[in-house]
Amino acid sequence: MAGFLLRRLVNYVVLALVATFLAFTLASVTFDPIGVLEQRKPPPPAATIEAKRKDLHLDQPIPQRFVTWMSGVVRGDFGHTITERPITDELGRRVGVSLRLFLLGITLGIGFGVLLGVVSAIRQYKFSDYFATLFSFVLLSTPVFVLGNLLKIGAQDINDAVGTNVLLFVGETTPNFQGTWFEHLWDRLQHLIVPTLTIALGQIAYYSRYQRSSMLDVLGSDFLRTAQAKGLTRRQALFKHGLRTALIPMATLFAFGFGLLVVGGTFTERIFNWFGMGHWLIEGISTQDTNVTATVTLFVAVCVLFSGWLADVLYAALDPRIRVN
Amino acid sequence: MTVILNEGDSAGTSGAASGSPVDAAPEPDKAMTRGRLVLIRFVRNRLALVGLSVIVVLYLMAFVGPLLSPWSYDQQDYTAFLQPPYADHVFGTDKIGTDMFALVMRGLQKSLIIGLLVALISTLVAAVVGATAGYFLGAADRALMWIVDLLLVLPSFLIIAILSPLFRGESWWLLVFMLAAFQWMITARIVRGMTLTLKEREFVKAAKFMGQPARTIIAKHIVPNMASLLIIDATINVGSAVLAETGLSYFGFGVQQPDVSLGTLIGTAAESATTFPWLFLFPAGFLVVFVLAVNWVGDGLRDALDPTSTRVRKREKKDTEEKAA
Repeated sequence: MAGFLLRRLVNYVVLALVATFLAFTLASVTFDPIGVLEQRKPPPPAATIEAKRKDLHLDQPIPQRFVTWMSGVVRGDFGHTITERPITDELGRRVGVSLRLFLLGITLGIGFGVLLGVVSAIRQYKFSDYFATLFSFVLLSTPVFVLGNLLKIGAQDINDAVGTNVLLFVGETTPNFQGTWFEHLWDRLQHLIVPTLTIALGQIAYYSRYQRSSMLDVLGSDFLRTAQAKGLTRRQALFKHGLRTALIPMATLFAFGFGLLVVGGTFTERIFNWFGMGHWLIEGISTQDTNVTATVTLFVAVCVLFSGWLADVLYAALDPRIRVN
Repeated sequence: MTVILNEGDSAGTSGAASGSPVDAAPEPDKAMTRGRLVLIRFVRNRLALVGLSVIVVLYLMAFVGPLLSPWSYDQQDYTAFLQPPYADHVFGTDKIGTDMFALVMRGLQKSLIIGLLVALISTLVAAVVGATAGYFLGAADRALMWIVDLLLVLPSFLIIAILSPLFRGESWWLLVFMLAAFQWMITARIVRGMTLTLKEREFVKAAKFMGQPARTIIAKHIVPNMASLLIIDATINVGSAVLAETGLSYFGFGVQQPDVSLGTLIGTAAESATTFPWLFLFPAGFLVVFVLAVNWVGDGLRDALDPTSTRVRKREKKDTEEKAA
């Protein structure tokens, strides 16, 4: 079992490296920061351009640039942004901002999604099932950038109705906020609600659909009948044997869902002006900044792969057959 | 959004051999052909029918609507800036006085064309590559599996966004090929899996022993037997392609000026969504309704082409009812 998890981990580290290399190469090939510099009016002196070219290592072949950057990363130095600011200084704060959004969103999403799926499977073809189906169909057809802005309009309406700003949707905290520790927490919470909802709603819809059909598969199975025959109540049988089996396919989905979450997070951060990793990616691409783009890609790859690895662990925990082999 | 349609993804197999050559033979007109059977099942599904009519209406609207409107998208009404909807401008006007109806129709047109083209191209590529990889196995197969794995780590959104400086100022055709280039892989993987089982079937073996070249076997015996899966996937892919395009355009990484798509319209309106909601709500509404309709049709098509999944559900319903009683 430990061997299995270790093998997967090594596999994932290699994949993350390849993904980052690919993103770095693509970015280096397509981005043209010197061209942007040359188009400035008035044009900067040739010496400045030459210095910039040296500074960005543009005189070296791309694989060599990648090796230079990567050897820095290993030592904890992610290089400079195009405007000469060290990436490492900003990285910690941005990762924190993004992870706060992702973790809350995915926890709520899985929790409520599984619950909703189980309930609609058990009460199949009842009103609640139809309602849940319609709810997730509509949400899955609504892209994050529409949902986020809709919630923003809704939050504005609530604020207008209440008369004060209860739900805040610009930034992750009020700039220059003065107050006690508790007031700070409350301020962050006010900023957190709408963006977290934006992320979580889509995740709930996504997981509930799968959970419903995997629960339905289990409902008709023989082992549930056996469990009831040996004296468990239907509820006990469902939760002790049914749910556990129905959760197994969900473990694999978890890895898929995380990729979706990261892209959704990019939109959410942009809509609500959270200066997280997704916001940085859009900024990096717009300013043609290879280092920032590669750093964000590495972050995305590590997130997706870690969740994939976590899915393997969950899989092993839920399915005894994996542990035995 | 293949998400909802998981129930039969892999089970969407070969329609229980229904597409075998015998069925395709012309029969007396009273007899029930497979085509009629599928049609009857599809028509019985009310949601799918509604979805289909919505799609037809939207395509008609996108191309006929602008002809009926008194305003054109490049015309400005200097007497109406930022007006909410009223009799003269049914969708209101934007800040330079352009009629929003004309603009939304133009955006809808572009988004729908891009969605359709990307779905057709990517499904075609998926069928060819998936079937070839599954039939020959070997290096091509390993490469395919590896690329699909890598795409899970590196979301295609991120790759196209990084490559976006390449098509800045280029025609939207480039974007179509870009989107198609990253959308075929997951379908190809499903096609590959089905090819693995199909190639063990008697009629494929018979063709092989008769000395048919591999290319003929793939084109005449393998791909036609996956028709149901391919039709379902092409439908769903229209929806995901539209979502991918609008998502990229939202950030300005997709459709470029002077073209507009639903994504660019939503992107420009999002900043002021709380103050001028009509600029945002109309393009967003069209987008959500279209994707929802596509998902309903995809679901209906699956039930019609691959009815085993419904039958299982009905039986389960009976089972659970008996248990409850």
